[in-house]
Amino acid sequence: MSSNKKYWKSVEELDENSSIVEALKNNEFVEEIPTDEFLGNNDALSSSSTSRRDFLKYVGFSTAAATLAACEGPVHKSIPYVLQPEQIIPGVADYYATSVFDGFDFANLLVKTREGRPIKIDNNTIAGAKFAANARIHASILSLYDSMRLKEPKIEGKNSTWSAVDSALKSSIADAKAKGGQIVLLTNTLASPSTEELIAQFIGKNPNAKHVVYDAVSSSEALDAFESVYGERALVDYDFSKASLIVSVGADFLGDWQGGGYDSGYAKGRIPKAGKMSRHFQLESNMTLSGAAADKRFAMSTANQKQALVLIYNIVTGSSATVNLDSKLKAEVTKAAQQLKAAGSKGVLVSGIQDKNAQLLVLAINQVLASEAFTTSGTRQIRKGSNEKVAQLINDMKAGSVHTLIMSGVNPVYTLADSKIFVEALKKVKTSVTFSLKEDETALLSTIAAPAPHYLESWGDLTLTKGSYSITQPTIRPLFNTKQFQEILMSLNGLTGSYYDFVKANASTIVSGSTWNKVLHDGVYVGVVSSVSGGSADYSAAANALAQAKPAQAFELVLYTKTGLGDGQQANNPWLQELPDPITRVSWDNYVTVSNADAKKLGLSNEIVANGGLNGSYATITTVDGLKLENVPVIVQPGQAVGTVGLALGYGRRAALKEEMQVGLNAYSLYKGFNDVQSVSLAKADGEHEFACVQGQKTLMGRGDIIKETTLEIFNTKDAEFWNEQPMVSLDHKEVAATSVDLWDSFDRSTGHHFNLSIDLNACTGCGACVIACHAENNVPVVGKAEVRRSRDMHWLRIDRYYSSESTFAGDNERKENIAGLSSSLSTFNEMEKAGDNPQVSFQPVMCQHCNHAPCETVCPVAATSHGRQGQNQMAYNRCVGTRYCANNCPYKVRRFNWFLYNKNSEFDYHMNDDLGRMVLNPDVNVRSRGVMEKCSMCIQMTQATILNAKREGRVIVDGEFQTACSNACSTGAMKFGDVNDKEAEVTKLAADDRMYHLLEHVGTKPNVIYHVKVRNT
Amino acid sequence: MKKVGNHNSITRKLYLSLGLTLVFSLTSIAQVAAPEAATPAPADAVAASGGDPVKGKELFNANCAACHKLDAKATGPMLRGISAKHEMAWIYKWVHNSSDMIKSGDAAAVKVFEENNKSVMTAFPQLSNADIDNIIAYTSEPKAEAAAAPTGTAGVPGTAAPENAISNNVILGALGLVMAMLVVMLFLVNKVLSKVAKANGIVVAPKEPTMPIWRAFAKNQFLVLVSSIFLLLTGAYLVYGFLMQVGVDQDYEPIQPIHYSHRIHAGSNGISCKYCHSSARVSKHSGIPSLNVCMNCHKNIAEVSDTTATPDHSKAFYDGEIQKLYKAVGWDQSTQKYTGKTEPVKWIRIHNLPDFVYFNHSQHVTVAGIECQTCHGPVQTYEVMKQFSPLTMGWCINCHRKTEVKMEGNEYYTKIHEELSKKYGVDKLTAAQMGGLECGKCHY
Repeated sequence: MSSNKKYWKSVEELDENSSIVEALKNNEFVEEIPTDEFLGNNDALSSSSTSRRDFLKYVGFSTAAATLAACEGPVHKSIPYVLQPEQIIPGVADYYATSVFDGFDFANLLVKTREGRPIKIDNNTIAGAKFAANARIHASILSLYDSMRLKEPKIEGKNSTWSAVDSALKSSIADAKAKGGQIVLLTNTLASPSTEELIAQFIGKNPNAKHVVYDAVSSSEALDAFESVYGERALVDYDFSKASLIVSVGADFLGDWQGGGYDSGYAKGRIPKAGKMSRHFQLESNMTLSGAAADKRFAMSTANQKQALVLIYNIVTGSSATVNLDSKLKAEVTKAAQQLKAAGSKGVLVSGIQDKNAQLLVLAINQVLASEAFTTSGTRQIRKGSNEKVAQLINDMKAGSVHTLIMSGVNPVYTLADSKIFVEALKKVKTSVTFSLKEDETALLSTIAAPAPHYLESWGDLTLTKGSYSITQPTIRPLFNTKQFQEILMSLNGLTGSYYDFVKANASTIVSGSTWNKVLHDGVYVGVVSSVSGGSADYSAAANALAQAKPAQAFELVLYTKTGLGDGQQANNPWLQELPDPITRVSWDNYVTVSNADAKKLGLSNEIVANGGLNGSYATITTVDGLKLENVPVIVQPGQAVGTVGLALGYGRRAALKEEMQVGLNAYSLYKGFNDVQSVSLAKADGEHEFACVQGQKTLMGRGDIIKETTLEIFNTKDAEFWNEQPMVSLDHKEVAATSVDLWDSFDRSTGHHFNLSIDLNACTGCGACVIACHAENNVPVVGKAEVRRSRDMHWLRIDRYYSSESTFAGDNERKENIAGLSSSLSTFNEMEKAGDNPQVSFQPVMCQHCNHAPCETVCPVAATSHGRQGQNQMAYNRCVGTRYCANNCPYKVRRFNWFLYNKNSEFDYHMNDDLGRMVLNPDVNVRSRGVMEKCSMCIQMTQATILNAKREGRVIVDGEFQTACSNACSTGAMKFGDVNDKEAEVTKLAADDRMYHLLEHVGTKPNVIYHVKVRNT
Repeated sequence: MKKVGNHNSITRKLYLSLGLTLVFSLTSIAQVAAPEAATPAPADAVAASGGDPVKGKELFNANCAACHKLDAKATGPMLRGISAKHEMAWIYKWVHNSSDMIKSGDAAAVKVFEENNKSVMTAFPQLSNADIDNIIAYTSEPKAEAAAAPTGTAGVPGTAAPENAISNNVILGALGLVMAMLVVMLFLVNKVLSKVAKANGIVVAPKEPTMPIWRAFAKNQFLVLVSSIFLLLTGAYLVYGFLMQVGVDQDYEPIQPIHYSHRIHAGSNGISCKYCHSSARVSKHSGIPSLNVCMNCHKNIAEVSDTTATPDHSKAFYDGEIQKLYKAVGWDQSTQKYTGKTEPVKWIRIHNLPDFVYFNHSQHVTVAGIECQTCHGPVQTYEVMKQFSPLTMGWCINCHRKTEVKMEGNEYYTKIHEELSKKYGVDKLTAAQMGGLECGKCHY
């Protein structure tokens, strides 16, 4: 009776009178297909001159024509110089020593130029060049080629000329003089002797002028404290290499605290030598790089940190200010303080608490300790800003007493919390001039927007630390019609000649015993450094005042700067936007970090959705003053102190930014009174935010062989076999070392060079400089937020971050070992996926491991990836057909596939999509096309160049000549590169070190990248 | 047995012969050689009074030509007819020591000095008055206009079309005619024979309807199979050949904005390649010389010598090309000064390696000491530069397999040579044994 069987198509059929059923019976499609629109009009169809046949003819012809046209090769033009500059040889790189300070970041650099265009930033390693480049400085080379830069001077928003700007300024100053209005120079911290001289001359000529220094991210309290004790407005340049015990109270000194740049000194003390290494206590609220590196980290609110600081002060100096601290924390802090006291001159205490009293206590404690790391000679000159003076200026502007305002290197409309007030006040200023790289928020509202050159196009001089002197020199002719702020100042001062002449003349007063050419060549000059004699202050009063600190009402918002964007100057830099934050591993965003406990309370969550992307709730932040930031994405951050939330500054810019870069929210709007700690309330908001997070896995799940960790005690007392266990496998039912079993015959690698890259996990702070350096060296494309979310990021080098699930990694390992039975394993592993509330953190840079027995090589059907004798796993892009077998077979997941064409493609509107941005490309490295696999090449272009130079000069290569982009960029010395066939090479010794291990050694891949066991001094 | 069609049809023969004639006649026309240029002897020199112009020429070239030209201003003034401008006594004095004359305030001397950018002329005390007479005799020769005869050749081809070309045509035409006559005769004979046969009553068997050859072919499966395999193989061979030459631009010889002749520079004048392409020593690029390098010589060489001209390219043509250089570099010949107005030359790049290949000239030129000609061919004979080698990967690899690495005297190689020669048991090592075949050495 099959014919009676009736198939129901929908519930609608139950209703006999349903119109839908009837309609479906008669029409195949429920909705009318609009065929009439193009077929109904018979007249149009018949009168059309193109018949179907014609159409096919056209198609055929155009296909044939296109095919024929494609057969003809393109004609390339080659245009030589008319007059070739003596020092430029096409194809040979030139290096220029220079220095940078942009008001936030600073470094001594070597800039690599090819055919007259800078393409890469390296660290200046000459003696006296103290500061290595961080990720932002490495990326700043791309900001030079930013297509959104301000290209012409603008007056009232219209393109103008420099002579018009000059005369407008001169007449405005004359007008100000006549009317008695103020002339104010509002600049970032300059640290430039010649510029300060020019400003002094300007003020000398115009008595109604004054100079206000404004730091977007303020260190005013530390400056005030130091000034009140030592009489100099400067910051201490701590030398952490001299400290055996470091206590940091809320200071992310491995991040951007007081300008950063402390990591190389810190790392020196972290590598165990003769059984000794420094010990580091970190008391903080947000999880920071310093907290991740610390041996012991206590998560606590800033209010508690203040109490802890007073407690430490009490213990170290023997004072007795009242301390109001939770007993458990008190016990821990007391232990740390006692150790600090015991360490004496080998101890140091630093603090990032923005409170003058707290900063006074830091001075007091270090004075009592007579800390060697704390030195008042060669103080840092990189922050001078005064919060009071900026506030005063805004009041003056409001009152209408400021006639002419000249701004340089600042963007107060974006960075001031009272931005609206500033904008209103700016309207009362008759003439406002902004010197800026971009037509940013402030430039848009100024009467005159003056395009300033990038530092790579400028002359200048810097005194980063007292007694040191460095020169900024241009490495390329100005790309646009730009002028330096100093050049205009010279014109206003009535000086003739160029700013270069002025710098040179000024240098002769500073540089003694050296010549201008020598200083210019070296980039730096170290003069005589004298220490400031210490004064004193009423420390106990400060301690008592600090002890009065009250906790925040609901939540304590701690504002910080991220590794990627810093203060937000380079927001239009795609490399920095795509650099994953070392801690959260989220790129292209800022977000509020919330502790697990608070998240549960407020119903905030993160989850990984079906496509592998990370989603998070939104929250609304409201400060006690009623300032509101709505729809802030939430990241639940392990290690975040309960009762505190973190939010990064530098995001949420809109002006002069490509659409893709306009991400995040402007946290400066909450930066009230330049205080990085605000009392706020937090509430869940509707919706889900889509993050671009590159690491979903939070913990190691007890897999201690990925990041091998041990404590200094075990390291000193036990055999290497114990803390650096060799993986074993079963062969013929016997346990043998995994390295002894092999599927392949080994090649003889004893001749020629054999490269190894050594990574010391003890020294790696996760700063990300290597990632950006790799981008710049190897033309790594930027793929954008949506693609990163799909796990299609192209980073050749990633820095994995792991949290422990228990309070330590050792605890994780133990817990895993103790799993008994299947059911227990399921539940335990489930729990171990979650990070602990105050976990240990480890970083692990992972790039292609250049396995001697590479799994990727054996599966490539076209032999596109093969092994070189020098140990490099080579990737021939032109041979690759894109099967992606290699990526699937790679145990380290370091291969990256070009899912799209990332250059000259408007879908990926980053630097490779415009002529200007492509100028940063390294001409020695191929730009990969769509459909090919790519990965770390161990900078084969650099090793080959080193070899060729030696061959040409007919000499042996000495240790240290072989470098990769990442090892060059590594300022902590965590990455060392070299030839292990050179018995004397440093890397050879590192490869033979007891701490050496290979990643996933049991797989038997025999990698050429080696790691060193992380030792914690707990 | 299958009957195969009659292959001796007369019409077929006719077609065949016609075809053959056509083929021959076509080739015979194509064979007409390009007109050979006749180089007329230069016009007789006109003797000048007072000195020996032949000796004078020698002396002129040895001593004066660096700064003076006969017919144009160079560093110094043009010298033709100089004897008409100055007294001989003045000239002797000037040549022997001009700066003394200028110092002494001789009006004519100061004038000459001022006119020539105040450049001091080297004193020639070693030249005797007789020598100077000889030089003056040479400079007093009238300009040999007739010497520029070869100019005409390029413009009027075929005027002197050689006779043997015509005779070739005639012979071939005659042969063709004979052939045609033979064919006609054959046809007539056949006709006569069949008439005779008819008259004798011999019945010529009527032609059986034969199977056309293509059908017979189609029926023979073996033949079809063999020929289709043959066709497929030929096709595959041709397609492969076509595909393999895609992107291979061997003998690429584009017309350049300036007709630069390597024959003149590297060939006739023997200038070292690396004088102009200096970056080949140290850089990955051989470098197209910048125009200031050209001006090192061409400041003084504004025109080519008469002997440089070839039938294809006249002296006037080459001089015009030098003028192009002056225009590009902004050199004012009359004032002997740079004007500052430059127009960079847009050369057409001949050797285009794909982006995914890294090639370094210095590695090959300086380290390996390979002659430029090994890859670029006998450039010194090229009138116009062209691509000599295919620049394919196979070509690179073959060379790396064969070429022995030059290691002597290079300290870099000492250790590697020792180790590798022990490993391979050879004294000389090829680039391939050094790892020169690894993908990553050229592709990154």
